[in-house]
Amino acid sequence: MLGLEDLSREEILAVLDTAESFAEVSRRDRKKVPALLGRIVFNLFFENSTRTRTSFSLAAKRLSADVQDFSASVSSISKGETFIDTAKNIEAMGCDVMVVRHPTPGAPHLLSQHVSSSIINAGDGAHEHPTQGLLDLMTIRQAKGKIEGLTVALLGDISHSRVARSNIWGLLKLGAKVILCGPPTLVPRSMERLGCEVAYRLEDVLPRCDVINVLRIQFERQQGGLFPSVGEYSQFYMMTQDRVRLAKPDLLILAPGPINRGVELTPEVADGKHSAILDQVTNGLAVRMAVLYLLSGKMDARPAGE
Amino acid sequence: MPTIQITGGRIIDPSQDIDQIGDVWISGGRIVPSDGGHDHADVVVDARGKIVCPGLIDVHVHLREPGQEEDETIATGAAAALAGGVTSVACMPNTLPPIDTQAAAEFVVLQGRRAKQANVFPVGCVSKGRKGEELAGLGQLVAGGAVAFTDDGAPVSNAGLMRRALEYSKMFDLVIMQHCQVMELTVGGVMNEGFESMRLGLGGMPAAAEDIMVARDIRLAEITGGRLHIQHISTARAVELVREGKRRGIRVTAEACPHHFTLTDEKLRSFDSNFKMNPPLRTADDVAAVIEGLKDGTIEILCTDHAPHAREKKMRELDQAPFGIVGLETLLPMTVTYLIEPGHLTWSEAIRKLTINAANLINLKNKGSLRPGADADVTVIDPSTTWTIQANQFRSKSWNTPYDGWEVRGRAHTVIVHGEVRHTLGGIVQESAASA
Ligand SMILES: [Zn+2]
Repeated sequence: MLGLEDLSREEILAVLDTAESFAEVSRRDRKKVPALLGRIVFNLFFENSTRTRTSFSLAAKRLSADVQDFSASVSSISKGETFIDTAKNIEAMGCDVMVVRHPTPGAPHLLSQHVSSSIINAGDGAHEHPTQGLLDLMTIRQAKGKIEGLTVALLGDISHSRVARSNIWGLLKLGAKVILCGPPTLVPRSMERLGCEVAYRLEDVLPRCDVINVLRIQFERQQGGLFPSVGEYSQFYMMTQDRVRLAKPDLLILAPGPINRGVELTPEVADGKHSAILDQVTNGLAVRMAVLYLLSGKMDARPAGE
Repeated sequence: MPTIQITGGRIIDPSQDIDQIGDVWISGGRIVPSDGGHDHADVVVDARGKIVCPGLIDVHVHLREPGQEEDETIATGAAAALAGGVTSVACMPNTLPPIDTQAAAEFVVLQGRRAKQANVFPVGCVSKGRKGEELAGLGQLVAGGAVAFTDDGAPVSNAGLMRRALEYSKMFDLVIMQHCQVMELTVGGVMNEGFESMRLGLGGMPAAAEDIMVARDIRLAEITGGRLHIQHISTARAVELVREGKRRGIRVTAEACPHHFTLTDEKLRSFDSNFKMNPPLRTADDVAAVIEGLKDGTIEILCTDHAPHAREKKMRELDQAPFGIVGLETLLPMTVTYLIEPGHLTWSEAIRKLTINAANLINLKNKGSLRPGADADVTVIDPSTTWTIQANQFRSKSWNTPYDGWEVRGRAHTVIVHGEVRHTLGGIVQESAASA
C-alpha cells in the first residue's frame, strides 16, 4: 500500500466499502475483532506524527494485532545505521506489517525492495499519504453520497503536500473535478498536466465548489520565501465566514490537520456546520483498519508453519 | 617494449580522416608507419571484423583518491577505464583534499603511473580549496601536470572569479571547465524540476539553473578571450546557447554524457538512486536537443562524468544518496547502441568526439591520433558483439549504474596503452612464432 496512484478505481472503492463496515465496529460496545490476532504491526516513524501513529496503532489493536512503535529519534538511525538495516532488523523480530512514515519521497518504495513484510505508506515526504487520501474520500462520500461529478478544491501548499497528491489521484480516479488553489509559488502550473484546474484566486473558485480541502501551511516553508508572510497568506487564502458565504450552501470543508486556527481557517469555520474535521478523524481509524485487514489476506498467503 | 602488429582491422582515425582496412604497427611505445619495413612483430592482434582507433580519452572522471578510496582509487578507476576501452582519463579535482596545489597534482600523476592502467591526467581546481573565493595557483598546478582547471562538483559561482580564471588561464592556453549550475535555483533539488518532480514530490533543479550559468560564462569567455568548456551539458537551451556562442566565434566547447542522451527524468518514478545525478536527467525534449547538438557538432566531446559511490551510500533514501553514476565501462556501448546504430552519428564522428577532440581540449599533443610518432594508445573495438551489462562484473570499485541488465552492442576488445596490451577480452593476442 504505497500510494493511490498505484491503485485502480475498483481497489479504492473496495477499501472504502470495507472501511464502512469497520466504522460499524467502532460504534459497538466491544470495539475489537480478531482479524489480525497474532500478527505484529510495527510503526516505523522517521518523522513525528502523533495523530497518524495513534490512529494506526488503534486500528491495529482493534483488529487484535500486537503493535510496536519505533521512532527514529531514539533509535540507531542517529548512530549511522541505515534506514534499510533498521527495517531488516525489525523484520527479523517477526514483523508482519510495517507502517512507514518518512521525510523522503519513495522511502517506503525503497523498503519494499528489501523486506518482505507488507508495507503501508503513512506519508513519504511530499509524495503520498494514501490513508489520508482514502479517509478524505470516505468523508466526502458519506456527506455527499457520491464522489463522481463533484467539484473538489484543494487549498494551500499543494506543491509540498503529500495529502494533496493522494487526494488528486483518488478524486480523479473516482470521477471528481479537482481545482488546486493557492499562490503560484505553492501551486505550480505543471499540475494541470495531472488533469486538474490550477487557480490563484479563492473567490473565483469557491462558488463552484462542493468540497474544499484546506491544507496545512507548513511554517518552515515561509523561510524559503515561498510567500511573503503568514499574515499575507491568511489575507488571501484563509477560510472565513465571509468566504464560506460565497460557496454553495452545502459546502463541505475538510482539513487534514493539525490545523492552524487563524491561518488556514477561522475558528468559527473550523467548528462550524460545514466542517467535517472530526468525521475525518473517525473515518481515519476505519480506513486504517480496512487497509490492515485487506493486507492480512496477503499475509495469510504465506507458507504454513511460519 | 614489444613490436605490435594490429592486423586486418577497419582503421578509423578522424585526426587524419582515415577510415580504411589495414594494419597498425607499434614499436617503442609509438605508432610507426605501416610501410616502415617491419618484417616481424612480437605480438599480433587479429583485428579482422573489428574497428581500430586511437585510444579513447575521457575528459571527465572522478577517481576519488585521495580521500574517498572506499568509492574508487586511481588504480581501480584507471582499470575500469581500460575495461571500457578508455586509454586516458582526466580526473576531476574534487577529492579530499582537493587538487589545488602542485604537490597534489603530482600525487595524482604518480599514482597514475604506479597503477600502470590507463593514463591519468589531473585537472586542477580553479579556486583554492574549491571554495570559490580566490584563484588557486594555476601555474603551479600546470607545473604539477594539470591539463585543465575546474571546481567541478560545484560551479564557480562568483562571476568575478570566473572572469579572472578565464583571463589568467590564457597564459597557459588551458581550458576552464565549468559545472554550470546557479546554486540559488537548485536548493533542495534532487532531480530535474518539472512534471515528474511535481508528481513524485521531489525537490527540483530547473533547467534554467544550467542555462543561466552557460549564458553568463559564454559572455565571460567572450570578453576575456579565455577558453570555456561546458561540462555535462543537459538542457535544450544550453545546447542552443553553445551553438550561438560558437557561431559568434567565442572559444566555447561542450561535452555530453551517455545518461543525458539515453535517459529521462521519468526514470525517477522508480525512486532508484542510480538515476540521481547532477545535472539531473531531463526531459525527452532535452535528450533530443543533446543528440541534435552531438549531430551538428555543437557538442564535440563525449565523456562519462564517472562518479563512483560505494553501495552503502547509494542505498540511502533518495535525498540522502549522493549524486552520480559510474560510466567508464558503459561509455562505448551506450555510444554504439544509442548514437551510432540509430544513425545519429557515424563511427567516424563518434570516435572523433572520443579521441582527437578530447585530446585537443586538454592539450594532449601526442594522443588521440594514429599518425606515426603518436603515443601508442590504441583501442580495438568489437562493433557487433551484443552483451548484457552486469554491474557486479565492473572493474570499478563501485557499481552505481542505471544500466545494469541492459542489453547493448559494441565493446572494447583489446586496449593498448603506451605500446603495451593492457586489456583484452582474450583470444586475439598471440605471441608471434616468427619472433626473432
Ligand atoms: Zn559536474
